[in-house]
Amino acid sequence: MSTKPVNRPLSPHLQVWKWTFTMALSILHRASGIALVAGMLMLVWMLVAAASSEMAYECFLNFSKSIVGQVMLFGWTGALYYHLCSGVRHLLMDAGYLLTIPQADKAGKIIFIVAIAMTLATWGVLKSTNGGM
Amino acid sequence: MSNKWEATPFKSPTARVSGLGSSHAGVHHWMMQKITALANIPLVLWAIWSAMTLAGAGASYDIVRGFFAQPVNAILMLLFLLSTFYHAALGLQVVIEDYVHCEKMKMLSLIAVKLALFALCVASVFSVLKLAL
Repeated sequence: MSTKPVNRPLSPHLQVWKWTFTMALSILHRASGIALVAGMLMLVWMLVAAASSEMAYECFLNFSKSIVGQVMLFGWTGALYYHLCSGVRHLLMDAGYLLTIPQADKAGKIIFIVAIAMTLATWGVLKSTNGGM
Repeated sequence: MSNKWEATPFKSPTARVSGLGSSHAGVHHWMMQKITALANIPLVLWAIWSAMTLAGAGASYDIVRGFFAQPVNAILMLLFLLSTFYHAALGLQVVIEDYVHCEKMKMLSLIAVKLALFALCVASVFSVLKLAL
């Protein structure tokens, strides 16, 4: 009987693992999606208020101009751009592109840069066209 | 309609399921997630651009009403709402299925989320129609 160890692949260890960039990309896609659903509540509020009365709409407008409202809108914009860019990556992967690890890492970096740049550009334009909003 | 091989007990597993139930609908959820994702790309970009235009003009009650009085804007907004709410319902369903392990809680939260999203969608669609017509 041979005592030579067999070089089989190890089963994945469930408690000791290294956090990878692509894992962060994946969970952020899901987290941003959930955040966007919460953000949709604000859009529904705006539409229902505008359809109801001027007073109801003013109430929404005042909230959206407040610090809390602005922070929520800023976060929503960021989540939207991230989910959009990351979603495009998912569609490309479905089509068979960007499937190797170096490509995934590179695509992830591009997603972060584009999402942050688009968020800042959007708010830069907003603040420059209307200081109060 | 029955084939000769259907009357025998010597059916292969594939023969037993092909043409039945989930063999038709198995990829429907995934497919709709991808189709709505594709539709969302131009619709979201339009929505952001519109929101920036409205905010830049002060987003007053009259400006918002005037915006939705334009058929093109109302139609694009309705498409945006239907596509994103559908996409959100599919996405949240997967999140719940992944993380809620108690069968009863899973079923309840799935039903609650679907009903809530449907109600929000109807509320916002009705509001856009009221603003537009």
